[in-house]
Parts: sequence; structure tokens; C-alpha cells
Amino acid sequence: MTAIAQNTAPPRWWHSRAVRRFRNHKLAMIGVVMIVTLTLACIFGPYLLPYDSLHIDLRARFSPPLTGNYYLGTDPLGRDIAARLLMAGRISLMVGFFAMVLSTLIGTIIGVIAGYRGGWLGAGLMRLVDAFLSFPSIFLLLALAALLKPSPVMITIIIAVTSWMEVARIVEAEVRSLREREFVQAGRMLGLSGAHIMFREILPNAMGPIIVAATLTVARAILLEAYVSFLGYGIQPPLPSWGNMLNGAQQYLASAPWLAIIPGITITIAVTSFNFIGDGLRDALDVRSDPV
Amino acid sequence: MSLVPSDINTNAVQTPALSVRNLTVSLPDGMERKFAVEDISFDLMAGQILCIIGESGSGKSVTANAIMGLLPRVIRISHGAITLDGVDLVSTAQTTLRGMRGRVVSMIFQDPLSALNPLMTVGAQVTEVMMAHDIGTPNSRRDRAIELLNEVGLPDPKLMYHQYPFRLSGGQRQRVMIAMALALEPKILIADEPTTALDVTTQAQILQLIRDIQRRKGMSVMFITHDFGVVAEIADSVVVMEKGHIVEQGSADAVLNAPTHPYTKRLIAAVPQLTGKDRDLTQPDESAPILKVRSLVKTYASGSKLLGKRREVRAVQDVSFELARGRTLGVVGESGSGKSSLGRLLVKLMESDAGQILFEGNDIAGLPEKAFRSFRSQIQMIFQDPFASLNPRSTIGHILTVGPVAHGMNPARARDEARALLKHVGLDERAYDRYPHEFSGGQRQRVGIARALMFKPRLLVADEAVSALDVSIQAQILKLLDQIQRETGVSMIFITHDLRVASQICDEIAVMQYGRIVESGPPSQIFLNPQSDYTRELVAAIPGKRADIHNMMPTH
Repeated sequence: MTAIAQNTAPPRWWHSRAVRRFRNHKLAMIGVVMIVTLTLACIFGPYLLPYDSLHIDLRARFSPPLTGNYYLGTDPLGRDIAARLLMAGRISLMVGFFAMVLSTLIGTIIGVIAGYRGGWLGAGLMRLVDAFLSFPSIFLLLALAALLKPSPVMITIIIAVTSWMEVARIVEAEVRSLREREFVQAGRMLGLSGAHIMFREILPNAMGPIIVAATLTVARAILLEAYVSFLGYGIQPPLPSWGNMLNGAQQYLASAPWLAIIPGITITIAVTSFNFIGDGLRDALDVRSDPV
Repeated sequence: MSLVPSDINTNAVQTPALSVRNLTVSLPDGMERKFAVEDISFDLMAGQILCIIGESGSGKSVTANAIMGLLPRVIRISHGAITLDGVDLVSTAQTTLRGMRGRVVSMIFQDPLSALNPLMTVGAQVTEVMMAHDIGTPNSRRDRAIELLNEVGLPDPKLMYHQYPFRLSGGQRQRVMIAMALALEPKILIADEPTTALDVTTQAQILQLIRDIQRRKGMSVMFITHDFGVVAEIADSVVVMEKGHIVEQGSADAVLNAPTHPYTKRLIAAVPQLTGKDRDLTQPDESAPILKVRSLVKTYASGSKLLGKRREVRAVQDVSFELARGRTLGVVGESGSGKSSLGRLLVKLMESDAGQILFEGNDIAGLPEKAFRSFRSQIQMIFQDPFASLNPRSTIGHILTVGPVAHGMNPARARDEARALLKHVGLDERAYDRYPHEFSGGQRQRVGIARALMFKPRLLVADEAVSALDVSIQAQILKLLDQIQRETGVSMIFITHDLRVASQICDEIAVMQYGRIVESGPPSQIFLNPQSDYTRELVAAIPGKRADIHNMMPTH
């Protein structure tokens, strides 16, 4: 049984089954709500809070949450944790987002070229992917972060450079199967250039898996940034990030546990939310999950 | 003049083996119609072959799956009864149904490769059917399986027992499927397009086998097909379905020779007939041929040069032919004959290993892509699969204009020409902004044709351009191609596995086998006076041919 499309009004993309499936995916929708809330809070929150993230109040050091106007308490220097958490969120989310953009870009270009060209070029590029994958990425990350000046931009680039391989593999496999489809042959018959066929004809058809991988990359990049910053090689104080907030909390785990718990929970929420969204997108974009 | 084999099974008293009453199967919301089948009733008489015929989307496969209890979860039987041996299958519990499946009703599927488990030997799959129903001992099952493999005409059944499906040809796999279906001696066999994926000579053998077994065992067979040729070959009675309704039913004789419903008449009229008449084009051709192919060779190599396990497949061997301006050459052959490889060599989607392709006197065979690019616009191709050959993420407008624009045409002019061309191939101009998934197979194939015509090419290569389409659509597309050729004088290479289709549109036909052209000539020679054994075999295997020959040679 094939469904034959009727010639009625052209359906818009938000009416599509994929969107409907995504909206029916409860966890993914929870993830979306969380991320949107978190992002809005990080953008506008700091303007609404009574204290600046760098404002030091030595009399109010180690205030537990809900003391006066310090809704989430203060840190060892008496700075407002709520303000620092949201400022840190700006940096951590930005690092996660731009690392995703950059790594997806690198992975997609390498994957498309390797998948479409194949032969020795494709094999060579995929061995490059293998070589990158064979480094333990955390150590590579730490080594690079120790050598280079750890600004947010540099951390973003380093994370991107160590996490594009997964996207490249996914895209390569996808493109290799799309390459054999007749519409690609038709493109060659029309005399389109290789670059045109790769990036204008094939790539839009591989967007589904790329979007899924990209979403999961955001989660991983946030985690990696937190990891490196926690070990002291990432974002440097006084600039806050979720990772270096955890770093600062190490010594006071027993006396002031909220210093660790609050950024810890935030990281968990951000990462799981992105993972939920990724899962939801995977289910929504997977044609096999169609009922008919 | 009878379309039905004369030796029809005539039981004095006919009792229904299976009866379907007022069956309605509903589809989930959001599909193009509410019911897959609506209020259908028919009987399968004991010891007869009932053909259910319809085009894609007619609900014929849903009917078969409803009887087998194999409907997908979201499709439900909302009304009606299916009675078998006095038991209503619709209201019976799943466990009882499972016991009946295979034992009382059994099914053969269209694609024998995906219906067989690739990791199990043929023998294991046949014995598994018996094991699932706790029949026999391991030894007796084994003997029975070998007996069955013998019965379905597989060579050396003992050896075949230990083979994996990938070693078998399509026809052999379908025989294994039939052996599995027969393992429990069912009373009713449901065959869902069992020969559609097979070559014409293999199809003839499988049809013969099903008919033989049905006679020998006195089984009832429900045979689902879209091909009236097949119906004429084996049916005792016929049910014609359209869009989920039965429009006509009766004995094969009555339905084929005196159809009453307009849809049946239309379908029968659309069946490509072997004409055996040569095409008459108005202007005689005196100029030099547009295309000359000389000793073209293409060899596929697999395996490694280093390990010495190199295997070679000669797809195209020493092929030579000429194509006159404004004419159509049909290239006919079964799967693996090299006909599609030949097509791809001609449009340079693949490089040839040796030989010449002289297009307007220029040898394009050895040209590198850069130098060939200027010829691309003159040699265009129409692809087989209307679903795969259009980029699902591009609008029809983009699909049509991207080529000409890449070759330097002004985008505005390309758009105007595309719109005009859409109208010319019988589509609405508004199709320009739509996406391929909004169109049916036939409409998409029209888009594919329009794409090839955008350049005003001088040579069109059509690779199985109508084989994925329903017969009525097929006839329309063939007519369109014929009309285009008469208007533009384009020369055409028409690659097909279907001799009947080739006979409709070609001025000359080349028959290919194992990469070689074994015979070529005008349709009258190929069909009425074939010179080679292989062509004779191919022509003899065409389903429903007996009837066509009658039509063709009334004085005979």
C-alpha cells in the first residue's frame, strides 16, 4: 500500500509527521522547556538579580541558599551564587553551542567529501577520523588546554577539534548510501559539479542524523568544558563557568555543600535535557518509527 | 478467441474454501482515504485459482494480509467476516489463528530475498515451519523438507538443503518460499505478487509450478497480481479491485473477454499488447545515424588484486549497434543481461573499458568528464524509479532548472521554460513549487521526463522508464514519449525487461543476454520470427501471450 499524495495545499514543514512525533515525545519536550528556560534565565537573569556576579560581600561569605537576597547563597568570597551561576551559564552554553557548530561543520564537510568521493581520498579521510578517535579525547583536551591560552574561544575551538569525528562517521555512512540513489545519478547526468551534488543535492537529505548528532554534541561539549574547567585548565576565574564553580567548591564540600550541588545540578539538567532532545529528534526523524 | 486456458478446473459442485463477507479495513487518520478496503465480499472456491487484480493502492495486499492476520497494528478490520472452515477469522483469538497459519492457510510473498532469513540454510527454514507446529521428528522433518524441495523443482534437493539463500537465484528463492508454504499441506495458498520481482522466463516457470501444485494437491489459491497477462495465464476466477472496492468479479473467461465495468475495460485496454507490427514514422531516414556504438566493453571487477581472488563480471561484451535519427531502439533483456550497464555507459554515468561511442561522429567513450560536459545537455536520461530519481528535498522547479542554470541558462528563462514544459508533459504549472512526495508515481515520472527535456536533448536514454508504474499509467507515459519523439525528433534508447512494452514504442529491438546482443531487428522479426533460441524463449514466456497471438494473427 502506497500512500499517494493528494494535490491539495502544499503542507508546511511544521505539519509534518516528524514534527508531530517530536511534539508527542514527552522527555524531549521536557528537555526543550528546560533548555529554553535555562537559556532565557542566563540571558535576562543577571539583569534582574540584585547583585552583580563580581560583587564581593565579605560579611556574607558562605551564606546558605535563601539568605536575604542571596537566593542561592554565596561563595567563599561572598559573591552571589545565583548571579555567578547564570553568568557561568552564558559561557558554558555558548561554549557548548559554538563547539557544536564548529565540530558539526568540520565533521560534515569531511564526512560528505569522504562519503561521496570514496576511493583513496575517502579512505584517507576516514583513517584521519580513526586517528583522531584513537586519542583519549580528555587527555588531548587537557594537553592542548595546558599549552594554549585557555580563553573561552580557545576552549571552544579545542573542544570542537576533538569532537567532530562522530559527525564525520555518521555523515560519511549516510552519504555513501545516498550516493547510489538515482537522483544523484540524475544530478551527474545534468552535468552538475561535484561540489553542487555533494552540498546542495545530497547534504539536505542527510540533515536528520546530523541534527541528532549535533544536539548530542552540545551535551558532550558542555560536559567537556565543565570537565576541563573543573581540573583548572579551562575557563579561568574570575570569569565563571559551571566547571570552575565546581572546582572552587572542592575544599568546602563538607562545610558548604551547596557550592557544589547547585552548579552540579545545573550541569546535569543541561546535559540530560540536550540528550532528551537528541533522543526525541532521533525518534522523530527516523522514518522506521512511522506506524505504516 | 478465449483468454483462458481451455483446461479449466470444473468442479460440478463448487463449495467455497474461504469466503469474505462485507470486509472493511480502516486506515489510521491522516491517510489519503479512510478505508483500505470497504465492504468487499468474495468467495474462493475449493480447488480453484482466484486472482485478485488491481493497481497500487487498490487494497489487494491489505485483503491478503487481513486473511492471514498479518495486518500492521494500526490498520484494523472494522467490519465484516472472513470464514474459513466454518470459523470466522476476524473474531478468533490470535493463538488459534497462529495454529491455523501455515497449516490451513499459507502465504508466498513478493520479494523472496527479504522473506527468507539470510542467516539460515534453506533446509532449516523449511523444517522450521514444521517444527513450529510440532510436526514429526527431526529426521522425518528433514526427509520431508528434501521431498518438498524436490517437489518445487529445485535441482539436487539434498545439496540445496544446506545452501544459504544468497547462493540461490531469484526464481530458486521463490521456489524455496513455495516449499515452505507447502510444508504443512495447507488447503489455501495466498500468493501476493509472487512473480513480480522475477524475470519473464522465471515468471513463466513459477506460474507453471503454482498451477501444477494446485492441480496435484487440489488446493485453493488466491493469487494477487497487477498483471492481466498473469491472470490470463492461471486464473479460474477474477476479482477486480479499485481504491478499496471490488468493481467486478466473475469467471476469468467472462471478466477478460467481456468486462462490464469501465475500470476493468480501461485496465484491460491498457495492458501492453505484443503488436508485432512495426512502427511507422512519417519521414524516412536518410541522414547519418546519430549514435554508433562499436565493440563496447564494460567489466566489473571485484575482490583484491593482491590476494589473487579477483572475480570479473563482463557486464557489456563487444556490443555494437547504430541508432538512426528520430528513431527508438529498444534494448531488451532479463536482469543481469547488461542492459542497464549499457544505458549508463551511453550517458557516461559509468566509464567503458573499451570500444567507441560515436555521438554525431564524436567518440565520447574516452572523453574525460570536463570535455564531455558540453555533450551532457544533448544526451539525457530518464530513470527507472520515479521515487528515487527526484531529490526529495528539492522542489519540482529546482529539479527542472538546476541543470540548465548550471550550464549557464538565465534563471528566469529556465523558470519559464520549466513551467511550459510541465504543462507539456501533462502536469499543472503549479507543480513548480511543490515537492516530489506530493505526486504519484506516474506524475513523478512525468517530472523526470520534463527534466530530461529541459535541455532539448538529441538523444534520450530511458532506463526501465515505465516498469515501476501501474499499467494504465504505463500506457500514458508511453504515449507521452511517443508524442515527444514525433514533435521533437529526439532519438531514443528504450531499455526494458518487458517485451510487450518494447513492442509498443520501438522501431528496432536489440535483445541482450549475458552482456551481448544476441539478436536485433524490427519488432515484427523479434516477435513473429525470432532468429535466436533465447529470443524465442523470451517471447514464449510472455504471460497472456496466447491471447495476444490470436489478436495479432487473426488469419492464422
